[in-house]
Amino acid sequence: MMLPDPAATGLARVRKIEGAALGLRTPAFAPEEGAGDLLEVSLGPHHPSTHGVFRMDVVLDGERIVRLKPVFGYLHRNHEKLGEGTSYLGSMPYTDRLDYLNSMTNNWAYALAVEKLAGIPVTERAEYVRVILAELSRLLNHTCLAGFLMQDCGCSGTPLMYAFREREKILDLFESLSGSRMMCNFQRFGGCRVDPSAEWLAATRTLVDGYGAFLDEFEALLSGNEIVMARTQGVGRLPAALAVNAGVTGPMLRASGVGHDLRKVDGYGVYPRFNFRVPIGRDGDVYDRYMVRMLEMRESISILDQALRGLPGGPILDPKAKQRGLRPKAGEAYGRIEGPKGEIGFFLVSDGTGNPTRYRVRAPSFVNLTILEDLCLGHSVADAVIILGSIDIVLGEVDR
Amino acid sequence: MSDAPTDASSPGPLSAEERDELRRHGILLTSVQELYNWGRSHSVWPLNFGLACCAIEMIAASMAKFDIARFGSEVFRPSPRQADLIIVSGTVTKKMAPHVVRLWNQMPEPKYCIAMGACAISGGPFKQGYNVLKGIDRFIPVDIYIPGCPPRPEALLHGLVQLQEKIRQQPLRGPDAPRHLRSDLACDATVPELGAEDIEPPFSPELWKPPTLVRPDKA
Repeated sequence: MMLPDPAATGLARVRKIEGAALGLRTPAFAPEEGAGDLLEVSLGPHHPSTHGVFRMDVVLDGERIVRLKPVFGYLHRNHEKLGEGTSYLGSMPYTDRLDYLNSMTNNWAYALAVEKLAGIPVTERAEYVRVILAELSRLLNHTCLAGFLMQDCGCSGTPLMYAFREREKILDLFESLSGSRMMCNFQRFGGCRVDPSAEWLAATRTLVDGYGAFLDEFEALLSGNEIVMARTQGVGRLPAALAVNAGVTGPMLRASGVGHDLRKVDGYGVYPRFNFRVPIGRDGDVYDRYMVRMLEMRESISILDQALRGLPGGPILDPKAKQRGLRPKAGEAYGRIEGPKGEIGFFLVSDGTGNPTRYRVRAPSFVNLTILEDLCLGHSVADAVIILGSIDIVLGEVDR
Repeated sequence: MSDAPTDASSPGPLSAEERDELRRHGILLTSVQELYNWGRSHSVWPLNFGLACCAIEMIAASMAKFDIARFGSEVFRPSPRQADLIIVSGTVTKKMAPHVVRLWNQMPEPKYCIAMGACAISGGPFKQGYNVLKGIDRFIPVDIYIPGCPPRPEALLHGLVQLQEKIRQQPLRGPDAPRHLRSDLACDATVPELGAEDIEPPFSPELWKPPTLVRPDKA
């Protein structure tokens, strides 16, 4: 393979390297003796398909990937360090900016951790509202993910446009409730910030009733599409054992055939009261990961329907629950929920002062990303792009 | 038309109202500068480049509901060589700053920069972080600042319209001419590097100076 001399052209990102010098991890196939030089390509941090500022150092033999090194930290915003210097309530807006597509579920996971730490009970109505908002978030996240995944497949435009059309409808609901489209900052310790009005609930009901029709349309376009199937089936297989060992959670784990959903396992909030199924994949490939999310959205619609019907009255927030100047007694707590991307958890250590001494985020995107190399070995560069797309990462959460 | 000179051999400058009046009669009067700026202000191609949360709102602005195509900027280019505009949409960390500045240097003139959101303007909520650059204007000349966390897509569109207005006002000659038409101004920005403790240099002295704090009792 002939390449221009990097020193002469200033091409620092593409360089020719010798295969023997690499100390390669056992690849999915053995490069033939003297088959040619390996090529190292750096995808990112500015790359249209890396979902943010993420870099993959890929070593290629021809078009096949023989080694892949994920490089992150380009969006490291010191979230955890800032959390140690901020009051418990003051960290709530920061959690919005972790996984910036799903601020509602981030808020909930954080509120849950603080409620465990300080022993604050949550009002009944707030539990239902949290479920409604979390499931709306799940719809939003999975719809956008499908759109972005198809964009990565090379289907430029249409699915993402459809997805964002629906996203705007959900964001309108979030905005009318919390005042902000993306950064809702909505959950409080022991409840929620605002009580949803009857009009808001009616608008949500309209959206939930119409969402199934949108999914039908979306799936008619994509799920049975021959090109999508040819492109995604058998690509990026994740064996169940590897998924469990690597700590993968969320739809990625379930696509590999492991039935682990914190809504069932932990039964946090009022989820045990709802009747829903947990979709499981068979092969753990990109198509299964896409399909599991599609099926999860159907279940979310069912949960939303039950939650809207069963929403009790009463206060949304216990007026006695302390928000500002909260000083939990010394101890530690870990609160986790099933976010749209997997298990999102917050680990807090209190020493009795107004700030946590340790504030740790268990980010699902970050943990799910660790197996990227295992999924990509032996595939082509174009497949690596859709494998990354199917993992569903948000860099705000990966780098924190 | 009362102020227009009657002598046809020495036409004076016409006011905007007079030219509108003429346009209604099918007469278009313009200058090269005006035509040139009008043309390029309506096809500002942004770089396909997202950093953080604001990038999602930037994508939303390019989708059906907000439709940035109405303003001629729907062609997001993956390569900086083809882009006119960089929208710095999100937190710039010290690890990312060299890449952002290098992308800016790779863009051909005339080029523009929009700082979208609180983080790109000043570091925003993450300003106290040890790894966060406190404003991209320390390295890149910013044309439009859009506040918000994140700004709504409408705000981005408003910023874009403001940029178009700015482009239309740019003279092609004289001391106010843009960078690429002058020989006395450097087009390239200083690319910082990660040093032992901080990025070096911490800011570009031609673009940004640390504010001098004057205590009221010492003034």
